[in-house]
Amino acid sequence: MAEKVDYGTLKKGGFMRQKQKNNFSLRLAVVGGYLTAENLTKIAEVAEKYGDGHVHLTSRQGVEIPFIKLKDIDAVKAELAEGGCRPGVCGPRVRTVTACQGNTICPSGNIDSYDIAVKLDERYFGRELPHKFKFGVTGCQNNCLKAEENDVGIKGAADVKWIEDKCIGCGVCEKACRTGAITMQDGKVAVNYDKCNYCGRCAKSCPTDAWDAPSAYIISFAGTFGNSISKGESPLPLIRSEEQLFRVCDAAIQFFADNAKPSERFKFTLDRVGREEFYKKIKEAYNG
Amino acid sequence: MADFEIDDTVDITDVVCPTTFVKAKVALEELDDGQILAVRMNDGEPVQNVPRSIKEEGHQILKLTANEDGTYTLIVRKVEDEE
Repeated sequence: MAEKVDYGTLKKGGFMRQKQKNNFSLRLAVVGGYLTAENLTKIAEVAEKYGDGHVHLTSRQGVEIPFIKLKDIDAVKAELAEGGCRPGVCGPRVRTVTACQGNTICPSGNIDSYDIAVKLDERYFGRELPHKFKFGVTGCQNNCLKAEENDVGIKGAADVKWIEDKCIGCGVCEKACRTGAITMQDGKVAVNYDKCNYCGRCAKSCPTDAWDAPSAYIISFAGTFGNSISKGESPLPLIRSEEQLFRVCDAAIQFFADNAKPSERFKFTLDRVGREEFYKKIKEAYNG
Repeated sequence: MADFEIDDTVDITDVVCPTTFVKAKVALEELDDGQILAVRMNDGEPVQNVPRSIKEEGHQILKLTANEDGTYTLIVRKVEDEE
């Protein structure tokens, strides 16, 4: 069989060429690290039947099944589909969206990170771009999912406002605040919003829930964490609705599509064309 | 503290996170529903986190008092699980 192997197409479908000739590590599409027991059972079956009986958990919450043979690729895809699994992607396109468990599981969460990740995935996954493009969603300032290492990072926030009527003046919030934004003055709470990072610890610690604290988002752009390391920047004020969040994401990814050179990561595009133009575009999207 | 009748007191200044919360939790478990516990804790991480953890367990926090030695005393009313 002297068939020519189209590695480009294989890679797009998540089949990563291994050192061992004709062996591929199959990357699965996983959103926000969420896998059902059914998914895992099928992955285990495929790894035993077609691989060498092990899987690799990737740095972006994905699963790869190594030692898949070229001749088995179609059978492997079909069997994985029976278990609700699909191949992931590599190459110059939108990659796996990572997420923490968010506020449906974690007491610290300010947003439903997984739900946001699913919506981002539906909106952008696999979209062809000049280079790879990564989204990550983390539920709070603890930043377990390292938002700023992504091309677009989303961090859950709480848009906190003190409710005087419900407050017993205990001062727990003043102590819970890690940025020194809260002071007690004559038994009343005073918030310095220049210092507030919207972590929501005041509201979460409050014995009487004397805080209005709806979900909000802090977004960062153009992080990289591979050959060069650069922390994503957050030039926008607090984002207060999902609609506003997706408007800003649309504008950011469109700016990358319109301005990046082939094989140029977002950070280097911004370095080259300047941030002023980009910030102008995302501020327009922010304001709607 | 005069406004609450304290049923028991626990000092968690001799332990560090996560034992701080565990020690307070164990002390609360020994009380009956509605009884009041005073928890003496250090500044910093304990006072940042322990009140919130106790709230999340469903107990009612009544007061936080700053002591002269730099520690804090948290007054908590035990709320028994409904299960």
